[in-house]
Amino acid sequence: MTERKYWLDHPRNVKTVLRVLYTVCAVLIALDLFYHKHAILAFEGWFGFYGIYGFVACVLLVLLAKGMRRILSRPENYYGEQPDDR
Amino acid sequence: MIGELPPALLFVIGALILPLVPRRWQSTWVVAVPVISLINLIQIPIGVHWQVSVLDYELTFGRLDKLSFLFGLLFHIAAIIAGIFALHLRDPMQHIAALLYAGSAIGAVLAGDLVALFIFWEIMAVSSVFLIWARRTERANRAGLRYLIVQIASGVILFAGIIVRVHETGSTEFGLIGLDGLGGLLIFLAFGIKCAFPLLHIWLTDAYPEATPTGTVFLSAFTTKVAVYCLARSYPGTEALIYIGATMTMFPIFFAVIENDLRRVLGYSMINQIGFMVVGIGLGTELALNGAVSHAFNDVVFKGLLFMSMGAVLHMTGRIDGTDLGGLYKTMPITATLCIVGAASISAFPLFSGFVSKSMVMASAAEEGHTIVFLALLFASAGVFHHAGIKIPFFAFFAHDSGLRPGEPPINMLAAMVIAAVICVFNGSYPWLLYELLPWEAPYEPYTLTHVITQSQLLFYSALAFTLLMLSGLYPPEMRLLNLDIDWTWRRIATRMALGAGRAIDTAWRRITGFLKWRLDSIIADVYRHHGPRGVLARTWPTGSTVLWVAVLLAVYLVIYFI
Repeated sequence: MTERKYWLDHPRNVKTVLRVLYTVCAVLIALDLFYHKHAILAFEGWFGFYGIYGFVACVLLVLLAKGMRRILSRPENYYGEQPDDR
Repeated sequence: MIGELPPALLFVIGALILPLVPRRWQSTWVVAVPVISLINLIQIPIGVHWQVSVLDYELTFGRLDKLSFLFGLLFHIAAIIAGIFALHLRDPMQHIAALLYAGSAIGAVLAGDLVALFIFWEIMAVSSVFLIWARRTERANRAGLRYLIVQIASGVILFAGIIVRVHETGSTEFGLIGLDGLGGLLIFLAFGIKCAFPLLHIWLTDAYPEATPTGTVFLSAFTTKVAVYCLARSYPGTEALIYIGATMTMFPIFFAVIENDLRRVLGYSMINQIGFMVVGIGLGTELALNGAVSHAFNDVVFKGLLFMSMGAVLHMTGRIDGTDLGGLYKTMPITATLCIVGAASISAFPLFSGFVSKSMVMASAAEEGHTIVFLALLFASAGVFHHAGIKIPFFAFFAHDSGLRPGEPPINMLAAMVIAAVICVFNGSYPWLLYELLPWEAPYEPYTLTHVITQSQLLFYSALAFTLLMLSGLYPPEMRLLNLDIDWTWRRIATRMALGAGRAIDTAWRRITGFLKWRLDSIIADVYRHHGPRGVLARTWPTGSTVLWVAVLLAVYLVIYFI
């Protein structure tokens, strides 16, 4: 008996989700050309500032966290407590 | 007529009656008490109530203004939702703990003086730990004990602060305090521990994930938000809070990215969200303070929703680590959807609750010219979407298929999550009711074109970053590891130092007793040499030596006589 296939089991659907995401991102950055941004701080008004900042922030976050793992990660029983005791 | 009774009293009475309620109705009782208390609360007029004189002090158990009403209302809603989530539970210990804990949190925000606040502060600490111990595992026992030590320490520091404050000012008033004076500093520190300030935060991420699936929902609502209320009451506009809060928004997101236990991820994101509130209180403008308290309101609901969805996963699968989960959307689609609503709310998507409250704090930071803080908050906003908004639903419900096929959780769990989700969407789409309740006059319009587009850009490009990192394999995989946090300093270093000190004391003790024993041995050996079987004085029998001495005395006597 083969198990029922679910929506995201089809690579085609995953591709659709990704395409929607890319399109929304492109549209959002393009919108910056068509309205007057009400900015409190000067840099807020730069073209695509929020999008670029969000992207860069997340990449930095993940890469730094990955580096942190080298320094801070220990086996689960490091403090003498068993992880499977739940 | 139940009108105008102290809500905390209703909860305490409710907890005392609970053991008499038939076992199968006890969990219903846990929902009924906050419902009755809520009806009572909205009948209480604004003003000061229930003053009791004890010794020389007047304790005030009811100070109702817009600020305390907002938190009182919030805590009732939270207690009702968490109670519904726990309706399937048959555990009197947790029921009693939950009622006392919720009641004391409400008592704390309604307290009109510091002594009354202290009383509820301690009841909160002691009652809440039973929600952790109720897990009944060795891990939970130990985590609960560590939690209790920190909570009691906060209480002791608060008490010391109150004594110094009374000495300094002669008043126990729970109003504006500020950092001048030792009393103010100590009270600030006590609040800071419960608020999970950086370096004082570890009790939260250590203990909350070890509580029961339902217990964590209660825990996430009260302790830290009472601290936020206290800071808003006593330390608005304290500049240090801006930087403390900004740090709180930043550092936990790094831990959240690499943490495996999904409820611990939520614990870190909780500190991150409280950071926004703390910044708002530190900025101290009316808009910022409104932002801080409205975000507290929204946070309790959406963080509760996220903890509930993870509690449901834990309840149904017995697992909560990212490495064990994945693909659950297939058999838990409703839970997955509700989790995503919570995730969208914490990430501040337009139409979801975080959008209408967090932005008040952000706008105030910009208006006050705190550029660096503003950029930090923006970084943290992207980060929170990344770890709480994407990571939580992604690793639990999507990602690789874990092969687990649990069903949806019990209907009461779903109902509680639906209520929380409705509040998230309602507050996000129609914020005016929430704004009506806010204590300060500061008009704010969240739905401007600029705000909607910029916030959407921030979030969608964060999602894009996540997607590209995932596809490229750069994203750190979930691993069965724990991450060292500040608790390393005492759980490892201090433990080692204590053990080392113990060994040193042991060695010193052995040396000293060894030396004393050696001295005693040599004294005994001396006595033995002279009086032992071969000693000079032991060669003759006592009668013989007596005859000898008598003969000597006689001889001496005769000699003296003849002279």
